[in-house]
Amino acid sequence: MKKLMLNGAMKGAMNVAMVLAGLLAVFPLVWMVSVSLMRPGEASAFPPPLLPAEATLANYRELFAHAGIGRYLFNSLLLSTGATLLSLMFNVSAGYAFAKLRFAGRERIFRTLLGALVIPAQVAMLPLFLLLKQLGLVNTYGAVLVPALASVFGIFLVRQYALSIPDALLEAARMDGAGEWRIFRAIVLPLLTPILVTLAIFTFLGTWNDFMWPLIVLTDKDLYTLPVALAALSREHVQDNELMMAGSVLTIAPVLLLFLGLQRYYIQGLLVGSVKG
Amino acid sequence: MKVQRAAWCFVAPALLAIGVFFFLPVAAALAMSLTDFDIYALADIGNLRFVGLRNYIELLQTPLFWRALGNTFYFVIVGVPLSIAASLGAALLLNSRVTMLKGLFRTVYFAPVVTSLVAVAVIWRYVLHTRYGMLNYALSWFGLEPVDWLGDPDWAMPAIILFAVWKNFGYNMIILLAGLQSIPHDLYEAADLDGAGAWAKFRWVTWPMLGPTLLMVSILSMSGYFQLFAEPYVMTQGGPVQSTVSVLYFMYEQGFKWWNLGVASAVAFVLFAIMFTITLLQLRVARGLDA
Repeated sequence: MKKLMLNGAMKGAMNVAMVLAGLLAVFPLVWMVSVSLMRPGEASAFPPPLLPAEATLANYRELFAHAGIGRYLFNSLLLSTGATLLSLMFNVSAGYAFAKLRFAGRERIFRTLLGALVIPAQVAMLPLFLLLKQLGLVNTYGAVLVPALASVFGIFLVRQYALSIPDALLEAARMDGAGEWRIFRAIVLPLLTPILVTLAIFTFLGTWNDFMWPLIVLTDKDLYTLPVALAALSREHVQDNELMMAGSVLTIAPVLLLFLGLQRYYIQGLLVGSVKG
Repeated sequence: MKVQRAAWCFVAPALLAIGVFFFLPVAAALAMSLTDFDIYALADIGNLRFVGLRNYIELLQTPLFWRALGNTFYFVIVGVPLSIAASLGAALLLNSRVTMLKGLFRTVYFAPVVTSLVAVAVIWRYVLHTRYGMLNYALSWFGLEPVDWLGDPDWAMPAIILFAVWKNFGYNMIILLAGLQSIPHDLYEAADLDGAGAWAKFRWVTWPMLGPTLLMVSILSMSGYFQLFAEPYVMTQGGPVQSTVSVLYFMYEQGFKWWNLGVASAVAFVLFAIMFTITLLQLRVARGLDA
């Protein structure tokens, strides 16, 4: 009897802990939305207000009308979509070939690629900047897209998934006289659809949220992505909490919604990707 | 051999891109770290000179570099264990038989991971505000004095660590949760038969069975935490009194603010060498524990 009561108390405590941790996790995000709807100056009070006295979209209007946030939103959308398409084009065929097609040096090349995962991207940044400068790409969309062309992670992700395609299926198609390109398009790509969605979300989120590289290669204000623009705005508007919160909402909301809609695919990729060590 | 030729057509574009835009720059960075590449060389490559290890030796005599290294280690040594503890706690809650609405809470805990770092740093700068911040308000309920989180050199790093743990714990949580779910159920039943309590089961079943996952998570987290940059850039600009200058922040300023690209490359390689050594050490220790 006593043990049962103890179990009950433990069960309650664990559920309380779960709710508290959940509140801590979302509180800053929910408060961000609330503050973004407040009138200028309203958030600079003590104690800090939880809800706006009167909800207004004035901050959002201000961001679109005077801070040019529409432009940054467009840049982020364009670059993230572009990076996603490029990454799919380059990584999917390579990942499939590493999994299913024999060619000389396959294992050695693949191991070299995996080894490269220990090198942090920042090591390559300085010469890459000079290279892109030579190519005339610095301060263009191209400079942001170049690092997204192909990635070891992308190739690895696709390869792990493609390993499960039965060889017999490919052999049968070859017997029927189908060329390799046709097999890839007609048989392999449809089978790989789930991992293509996963790779697409990873690339889209990664490009949308990236900060250091666009900060380095984009100097022209018109080309800024949302995070770079937000960092610049927040230096000019240190006091305008309400305005900055509205900017944060616009930066976070699109990717958060994308994640909520497709989280199954995202988490699958995270689990495959994490075994890379 | 038609397959062989097709295979090369499939891998060549990706290999070419990775070769030209990653391997080549990494090799060039190593070479560049041995030169005095600066703004004059940027204007005219004829001004470039080979200086051997001079950049590395000078770095070791630069107080701000040591400061940056110290701050980065502080961030890693305090941040990684805290982050993993939070991830493990959340994973255990989500894996427990007695908790409810797990799918919902999993999403809620994970939400900070997919947010843009700059945007949430902006939010946290407000949460941490000395006068109007929610954190100091919450502390006042317990009778604690307000802390100047981002303005006091002693508190700026702890504030950034707090923020980073909040932002990242969901990531490792998912991996640990998968690890927990792969522990065979009979082990717990056997422990039940032996009359083991909750703590004994955690200590003798969960912890050892989770070992490999924890090792992987700690290696991944360390390499992530060594790359601290956007947090100080947005929240403190390296201040107050350089208490939040990280190695990458130092590299960024050397490279892209002062255009000392030779020095900045040397910084990048020192960081890489440290990360590599520590990963090897972790693997060695883990193997030692196994044996």
